[in-house]
Amino acid sequence: MMKSIKTWILVVLASSLLVACGQGGGGSGSKKSKTLDNTKKAGFVKCGVSQGLPGFSNADASGNWTGIDVDVCRAVAAAVLGDADKVKYTPLSAKERFTALTSGEVDVLSRNTTWTLSRDADIGLTFVGVNFYDGQGFMVRKNSGINSVNDFKDGISACTNTGTTTELNMRDFFNSKNIKYEPIAFEKADEVVQAYDAGRCDTYTTDKSGLAAQRTKLSAPDDHKVLPETISKEPLGPVVRQGDSVWEDIVRWSLNVMIEAEEYGVNSSNASSLKDSENPAIKRLVGAEGELGAAFGLDNEWSLRIIEQVGNYGEIYKKHIADTNILPNRGPNQLWTKGGILYVPPAR
Amino acid sequence: MSNKNKDLIPQVLTVLFIILVIIYFTINAQNNMGNRGISFGFGFLSQESSFDIAFSLIDYDGSYSYARAFLVGLLNTILVSVIGIFFATILGVTVGISRLSQNYLISKAAEWYVEIFRNIPLILQIFFWYFAALRALPLTIDSINFYDISFLNVKGWYVPRFIWTNFSLFFYSIVTAVILIFFLSKYAKKQRDDFGKQIPTLYISLGILLGLPFLTFLLGGVTLTFKIPELTQLSKTIYVYQGGVTIIPELISLALALSMYTATFIAENVRAGILGVNKGQKEAAASIGLTKGQILKLVVMPQALRIIIPPTTNQYLNLTKNSSLAAAIAYPDIVLVFAGTALMQTGRAIEIISITMLTYLSLSLSISLFMNWYNKKMAIKEK
Repeated sequence: MMKSIKTWILVVLASSLLVACGQGGGGSGSKKSKTLDNTKKAGFVKCGVSQGLPGFSNADASGNWTGIDVDVCRAVAAAVLGDADKVKYTPLSAKERFTALTSGEVDVLSRNTTWTLSRDADIGLTFVGVNFYDGQGFMVRKNSGINSVNDFKDGISACTNTGTTTELNMRDFFNSKNIKYEPIAFEKADEVVQAYDAGRCDTYTTDKSGLAAQRTKLSAPDDHKVLPETISKEPLGPVVRQGDSVWEDIVRWSLNVMIEAEEYGVNSSNASSLKDSENPAIKRLVGAEGELGAAFGLDNEWSLRIIEQVGNYGEIYKKHIADTNILPNRGPNQLWTKGGILYVPPAR
Repeated sequence: MSNKNKDLIPQVLTVLFIILVIIYFTINAQNNMGNRGISFGFGFLSQESSFDIAFSLIDYDGSYSYARAFLVGLLNTILVSVIGIFFATILGVTVGISRLSQNYLISKAAEWYVEIFRNIPLILQIFFWYFAALRALPLTIDSINFYDISFLNVKGWYVPRFIWTNFSLFFYSIVTAVILIFFLSKYAKKQRDDFGKQIPTLYISLGILLGLPFLTFLLGGVTLTFKIPELTQLSKTIYVYQGGVTIIPELISLALALSMYTATFIAENVRAGILGVNKGQKEAAASIGLTKGQILKLVVMPQALRIIIPPTTNQYLNLTKNSSLAAAIAYPDIVLVFAGTALMQTGRAIEIISITMLTYLSLSLSISLFMNWYNKKMAIKEK
């Protein structure tokens, strides 16, 4: 009986996986990468992004996606296809994102996704790095008289998104403080903003970068403030399917070279002129020394294209996060040499 | 080859083909899941869920299992469906009858109501009621006050909590009253059929239903007190009512939207049902001296119900399935809680979606079964 129920149940969603199978993925650990081959054949990188989070992945009025999460996909496209614009974006809700990735609908998920053990180990995903170090915080009305998380009392109502780590962190936090709270979880961020704006809840909790970005959507952003405390670690980064290690490496190093480029002062405007630099690390970054691309089956100028077309990490942070006033201060997202925690393995 | 066999062969082949397709999909899914390192199993149901739910009919917090979270979601889905079906039926019947009213204003108003509400997508109506309600309702400190016992504000509708002693005695008295009324109506029917005697069943039933539980208060030691919600200040501008029962605005607006929407379809069914009864029936009933009320109750309605019930069953099913739109406005139904948060937390898409689908299927089949039974009861009995 149990067996037959299981069989029937498997049938239900089998079709989606069948489609995915046709599109590749499921590769073995060999040098060949099915995802890379398919991407080259299709002529674009299939990239999963958010449904709209300013600074990270957000579509403007004419439908162009921008943000630091978007730039990870653009970097991959520049490395693999030679053109950063050859990306097909799929907006995904928090709930859909992992299924979209494992089923092959997208090949890179770059959607402010927190790297956790269970996600990495349990559901067929691999996190390739961190492009933003974040932490969960709370936003309240300025006139509420709440100046710290220690001012929360029994009966507080908190709005957030469903299907994210914030729901779990919120519980851990309120439990540790022994506070009874009312959790109100919406599927989409826009509804959270509206409900909080209408006064349905006393506080809005999500990643601090998210709070800063969503605050701009409130009817009177200046009436609200983000509390100083951070209640969790939220390393956000791009994710790929498990099982295609070449593709995994391409995405990982596309991100890493952007950070390394900032470290060595290589940016979009000076990159090509640094080909005859004295520093071998810089020469490797701009493809003038070594054969780094060959390791992934790419040519040697893959990293130069990333830096020229997308920019180094400092440039994209300034463009999307600092200049848009979301988080002008880089905080932990500063290079390790300048007091932050951005530290990537050397590209050599 | 006989004719019977000729008919049979294509049918057998079709069934075989379907089975083969199913087997193919199953094996394929298993292979693909294996390749992607995704395991399959229902063990996660007993793991700790570690997320909280705002509104629950049973004891629940994050230390309970995923199975319990599923149950909370299921009960919330059933709750909003039952409330929705109840009000949709009342509203639908009222509007349906109003559309046939001789009064121009009433029938036009009913027509406008039907045309407006059935032609706007339900999800928009849900958003409308939710955000309209949120924007219109006052903050907690300025709550709308109902006689100092109940309060309505943007965070919900706060009503007194009932505190019972000896509740079971009270409960059994109601059960006894219902059983008594059942036998009374049988007896009354027999009296009417055999001797033509009319017994005022309604008044006697009401007497039993109110009197018996009342006696338990006097003699059985049953007591009922109310805990009225109290305003508590959490910070300079944040207030909340505590101690009572909170009906969250998500539930109110979802139930409202579902009943307003479904009522339009039920109203049309009712109208069709009443119009479907031959005019001669009403005239014949009038000619033997039945009053207007009796005509409707004894002659028109029994015949109209046969036309009304089957399509109304569909509407009940639709309402139940439509309640899954709850996720959009944070009402913790089975889709938001189980197919949403639990799915995200565990990543077990196939298992969770299958369970959710099976649950809706069972809910719908139960409603169908009940309505079919009721329909059979109402159908013409050949004598």
